[in-house]
Order: sequence, then C-alpha cells, then structure tokens
Amino acid sequence: MIAGGVAALAVSAALVLSAFQKNLVFFFTPTQVAANEAPQGRTFRIGGLVAPGSVKRRSDGVTVQFVVTDTAQNIPVVYQGILPDLFREGKGVVTQGRLGPDGVFQASEVLAKHDENYMPPEAADALKQAHGNGLNAAQKTLVVPGSGR
Amino acid sequence: MIPELGQFALALALCLALAQGVLGIAGAARGDRIWMAAARPVTQGQFVFVAIAFGCLTYSFVTNDFSVSYVASHSNSALPLPYRIAGVWGGHEGSLLLWMLMLCVWMTAVTVFSRHLPDEMVARVLGVMGLVSIGFLLFMLFTSNPFLRLFPIPPDGRDLNPLLQDPGMVMHPPMLYMGYVGFSVAFAFAIAALLAGRLDATWARWSRPWTTVAWAFLTVGIALGSWWAYYELGWGGWWFWDPVENASFMPWLIGTALIHSLAVTEKRGSFRSWTVLLAIFAFALSLLGTFLVRSGVLTSVHAFATDPARGVFILIFLSVVIGGSLLLFASRTARIGLGGGFEPVSRESFLLTNNVLLAAATGSVLLGTLYPLALDALGLGKISVGPPYFDAVFAAVMAPALFLMGVGPLARWKKASLPDLAVRLRWAFGVSVVAALLLPFALGQWSALVSLGLLLAIWIAASSVVQLRERVRNAASGAGVWARLATTPRAYYGMLLAHLGVAVFVVGVTLVKGYESERDVRMGPGDTVELGGYVFRFDGVREVNGPNYVAARAEIHVSREGKTMTRMYPEKRIYRVQNQPMTEAAIDPGFTRDLYVSLGDSLGPTQWVVRVQHKPFVDWIWGGCLLMALGGLLAASDRRYRVASSRAREQAYAAAPAR
Repeated sequence: MIAGGVAALAVSAALVLSAFQKNLVFFFTPTQVAANEAPQGRTFRIGGLVAPGSVKRRSDGVTVQFVVTDTAQNIPVVYQGILPDLFREGKGVVTQGRLGPDGVFQASEVLAKHDENYMPPEAADALKQAHGNGLNAAQKTLVVPGSGR
Repeated sequence: MIPELGQFALALALCLALAQGVLGIAGAARGDRIWMAAARPVTQGQFVFVAIAFGCLTYSFVTNDFSVSYVASHSNSALPLPYRIAGVWGGHEGSLLLWMLMLCVWMTAVTVFSRHLPDEMVARVLGVMGLVSIGFLLFMLFTSNPFLRLFPIPPDGRDLNPLLQDPGMVMHPPMLYMGYVGFSVAFAFAIAALLAGRLDATWARWSRPWTTVAWAFLTVGIALGSWWAYYELGWGGWWFWDPVENASFMPWLIGTALIHSLAVTEKRGSFRSWTVLLAIFAFALSLLGTFLVRSGVLTSVHAFATDPARGVFILIFLSVVIGGSLLLFASRTARIGLGGGFEPVSRESFLLTNNVLLAAATGSVLLGTLYPLALDALGLGKISVGPPYFDAVFAAVMAPALFLMGVGPLARWKKASLPDLAVRLRWAFGVSVVAALLLPFALGQWSALVSLGLLLAIWIAASSVVQLRERVRNAASGAGVWARLATTPRAYYGMLLAHLGVAVFVVGVTLVKGYESERDVRMGPGDTVELGGYVFRFDGVREVNGPNYVAARAEIHVSREGKTMTRMYPEKRIYRVQNQPMTEAAIDPGFTRDLYVSLGDSLGPTQWVVRVQHKPFVDWIWGGCLLMALGGLLAASDRRYRVASSRAREQAYAAAPAR
C-alpha cells in the first residue's frame, strides 16, 4: 500500500510538473523579439508602450492593429476582440500571443491594468532594459504604483 | 482630533494585546488562576479600542477629512456615502485595520462562546491570538498607519478606484477577512493544545465549530470576489487564477482538509499530527495571502503599492509564526500519540486520501503562484503560469476527490468492505452514469469533459440520497420517518448540504465551461446579433450622468422566437476624478443561463463594439458556494458543540495526567 501510494504520488507529481512546463509563458521585450530571441510557434508575452498613432482598426471594428515599443524596437501586433478600458496610445501594455512568420505578433490577450497610473511591471522593465536606467521624467510618472483590490 | 484619537486607541490596543499574550500563555504555564481569568476582559478591552480606531477612520471618511493621507488617497467628496464607508478598506492601511477588527471579533467571540471550556485552554488560546494581534498592531503602527496626516491639506481626495465602487466590494473584503482571520482560532487551538501537551478528541471537538465557521466565511468571501470579478471587470470571467485569487484559495483548500481531518481526530483520535499541521498551515497560508496581496510583490492585475519595509516585516512575521509553530510541533511530536488504527479500506482511509488530494491541489497552486515570483526575485527572467496549467491540474486532482466524496460518508470507521460499499452504491452509480451520458445530448452537444463533470456532480447528489435513506432506515428509534429525520443531528445535515453545494458548483463549472458562447461584433442602431437562441438588437446609445461619472448607456433589446425577453443597459463610464473609463456590463441573470452584454470601444457617433455572451448555469457556481457555506454554518450550530456539562469535563481535564 505504501509502495502504491508513493507510486501514485510520483505519477501525479510528474503530471503536475509536465503540465507546469507546458504552460509556462515567458516574457520578452520588443528588443529581444527583434533579435529573434523569442520562440517561434510558442505563446509568450511582450510588453512596452503602445506607440502613439499606431492604433488602427480594421473595418469589421473588432480587429485592432497597434505597435508595442520599448522605444528601441517596434513590434506590430494584431488583436481581435475588445481592448481593456485602460488601453491607450502612449501607455504601458502587456500582451500575450504568438509571433507569426511575417513578424506580426498575433495577440490572444491584451492584459488589463486596474488603474490609470499603474504600469505593468513587465512593461516598465522592458523600457528600463532598452534604456539602461535612463528613464526620462515623463516615463517615470508612469511607474507610480497605484492601488487595487 | 479624531484621527489622533484613533491612533491613540491603536496604541492602547497594542498594550492590551501584549498583556493578553503574557497573561494568557504565562498564566496557563504557571497555573495562575487570576492571570488566566484576566485574559478575557483584556481581550474584550482590546476589541473596544480597535473598534474605536475603526470608528475614527470611518468617521474621517464619512466627514471627508482629507487632512488624513489615507482618506485623501482613497476617497472624494463626490463619492456616494456607502462607498465612502467601503473606502475604509479600499486600500492597504485600512484593510489591515479591518483585519485587526476581525481578529478582535474572533477573539471576543472566543471569550463569549467558550464558557464551557477549561480556563487553562481558553487562556492559552487567547494568549496565542494576542501574540498574533501584537504582530499586526506593530505592523500597522510602524509601516502602515492609516491615521497619518497630510500637509498641505488637499482640497479634495483622489477618489476610490472606480472598480471598487461597487456593492460587491462593500461585502467581499469583510467576508474574506472573517475567513482568513478565523483560521487564527483553529491555529490558536492547535498551538494551545501543543503547549498543554495534550492533543486529544476534546481538543478536536472544541476546535471544530470555530474552524467550520471560519471556512464558511472564507467560502462566501471567495465566492463574492469571484462574483464581483464576473460582473465588475466587465468581460464575464469568473475565475482567473490570478495570484490574489490563489492567495485566498490556498487557505480554503487546506481549511477544507482541516475540517475533515478534525472530524477523524474527534471521532477516532487518529491523524493528530496531520490535523495540527493543517491548522498551522491553514493560518500560515492566510498570512501568506496577506503578504502576497499587501507587500506588492505581485505582477498581477491587482496592483498594490510596493514598499520593501512592509514586505520585510511580513516576511519576518511569517517566519516567526511558521517557524515557531513547527519548532513547537517538532518538540511535542513524541507526546502526540497515534490514536486508533484503521484498515486500508475504511472511512479514515478515504478521508486521508481526500486530505492528501487537497494538499496536493494546494501544492500545485502554490507552485504556480510562487514560482514566477521566485524566478523574478532571483533575476532569472519574467514568466507567468497560465490558467491552462491550473485547469489541467485541478481537473486531474479533484476528479478522484469528488468521486470519494460519494463513498467516504457511507464507509464504516476503522474497517469497511469494498463489496459491501459497491452493493449499497450500485443504484447511485447506475443513475449517475446513465444521466451523465444522456444529459449532454439534451443540452446540445456531447463532450467527454461535460459528461465527466456531470457524472461526478450527480454521483455526489445520488450518494447523498443513499446516505440519508440508510440513515433513516437504520435509526434505532421505532418512530416514523419524520421523527427520525428530526432526530438526525444538524452536523449531519450540514455535511449533506455542503456536499450538495459542491455538486451544484461542479454542475455550474462544467456547463459554463462546456457550453458558454460569446461574440464580439460591431453594432449600430437596429443591428442584431444572434447567440444561444436569443436575438440582441442594438437600440442606440445615450449619455447619462451618475453621481461621480458620466456614462454612455446603450439599450439592447433581447428577444427569443420573436418575443421580447428583456432590455439590457450596458454602460461605458468615465469616472470624473481619476478620468478613468470603466465597462459596466449588463447582466440578465437566470436559473439556467445568464445573458451578459458589455460595451467595447466607440467606433464613431453611433457605432460600437459590443460583446454579447451566453453563460449557461453560471449562477450555479456561486449558488453552490453559498450552499457549502450554509452547510458549514448548519454543522457548526450542532448542539453537541454547545452542550455544557462543563464543570465535569473541566475536572476530568484537570485530573487526567498529561500524556
């Protein structure tokens, strides 16, 4: 019985870990994506700012194109669906999806922020990496943490 | 003046907490009756002072006293009164004060409802809770004082986050904290028993109602949070496996295991060490939840202020609580004893298996929640763990646990027989298999996962019917069915009700996952979209004014087979103070389905992106949680927990040599 229990535990631990491995979503900055460091055909996240003037809507109204930038590199993104309330040009954004062969990021999720002043940590990080630590004052104000639940 | 009064009250409460900790624990150790007797009034005094502090902060909110920094950042003069009051726990400092108030409520409840327990036990329990209270009061006074003044005084406040301006937000944190903090009672009972060196059936019986009530509050709290996310975030999801949600779910899972383990310890004396460990971990996970949410370590949608001093304090507090309890546990294991033995096939075994499964589920949630944080902290890159991981692991771990829920209550203690169980459960099994195979056809489309979910839910319900039937038939009294039902204890009905709640919950999850549908469409006046047999017609948008927001309100006409069903009014609001847009979904709830409509972006003067969703049986999810909580409360109200005969028991307790 003890041997059976141990075997069952081992099997379930293996199952949990393999499910875990399969569902890890890694984060990349636009600079890393541009340098081909991101995996093809696997879901990952990118973050940065929505480039000002880049948001375009196709005629069906629900397909949106925009550009995510860390101010060094730009990645075009296509998303089908409703954008979160706080999605704005010039503001921080994190999005999850796959990179298409044409270099366009096919987003399955655009992550919501709960607060106007809050910058997703990944997005802030991407900007910081692209700039060393030379964030200008305008971007610094974006990193002021807000409050939530 | 009022805020200073509040702060002074907190300082006094800290003094009383110190006294409570010392009088309780040292008093019991020295056997000093006067010290022990003093612990009760000191506890009640602490409650009074914390309540005064809470009242002062509420007063500052109600009177718009923006000289208080916390009020200025979480309220505004245009905020409606109920949300000004809820604003008290809308941020970090205030929610800690709420935590403290809840702790005092629980401690005072212990002083009131434990008259039948030996003084020594009560003194130790209050002492341990006093120590917890010291930790939290220090945390508040040194790192998170809600009464700090602001100079110069701002003309108006920065407003409460619009997402929190909602009736769900008024109720969700108090319920959740009642649950979190309630596990401190189970924890205190376990530590008190360890200190006394006696872990026996009486300890388990005293601990059970407290644990069950805390668990019921936590259940309601989590369900309210899920419901709030469902209608307030605007996109129809009800559980996101977000770290903040996981933080409240882990203590719930361990708490569920604890309730069942306590039952075995009380009835059979077994599982003592395991029960103690679960009690320690349930509370430790509650503290961890507080740490995760309050220290700002999370890269989640629930963003909180990052402040290292707070994080370090909570980490130290957490290690003292967990490390101290485990050390105490290790030093007492030799004296704990094993209790009654049992066969591999017995009710004990089934309960143990369920306990292990629940613990495994907790472990996998913990892994998925903490691993990304650990990687990030070590600078090894940013990752996130997606809902598919949690979904897959949960389905795999919970399916056998749900199956055993049908078998366990029918099995005998100590030694059961599989053939006998198979005979008794054959009808329940047959009914659930047939129903699970056929029902999906009636609902539309057959799928293996839907069938499995329904099988487990119907199995739990059908085996509950078998249990109740056997119980009535086997009852000793010669009376009729009704008399037998009337003499069945409430604890038993509570168990049945909670298990039925699980079945209802499983039905909700299965059907909403299996059959929900949604469409995002561009709509102008007169446009229609069809979903789930309903036709949604967009009848235009007009501007409306709320107390502190302006909204674009759409009118959606819903019909089915040409008949008007309802009109729905989703809104896109802009809250004026923070200039923050918010989606306010319109929901038409129903017993078998919810219709859910939300407004996306405006595409010109009359055109909007609209999301319509059809969510079959989604309300069963929260209905099931409510049944579980009611079952818990019913079980905790069983009279055998209240039976006095206190003097006799206390004398027996004092006379028996400590093992």
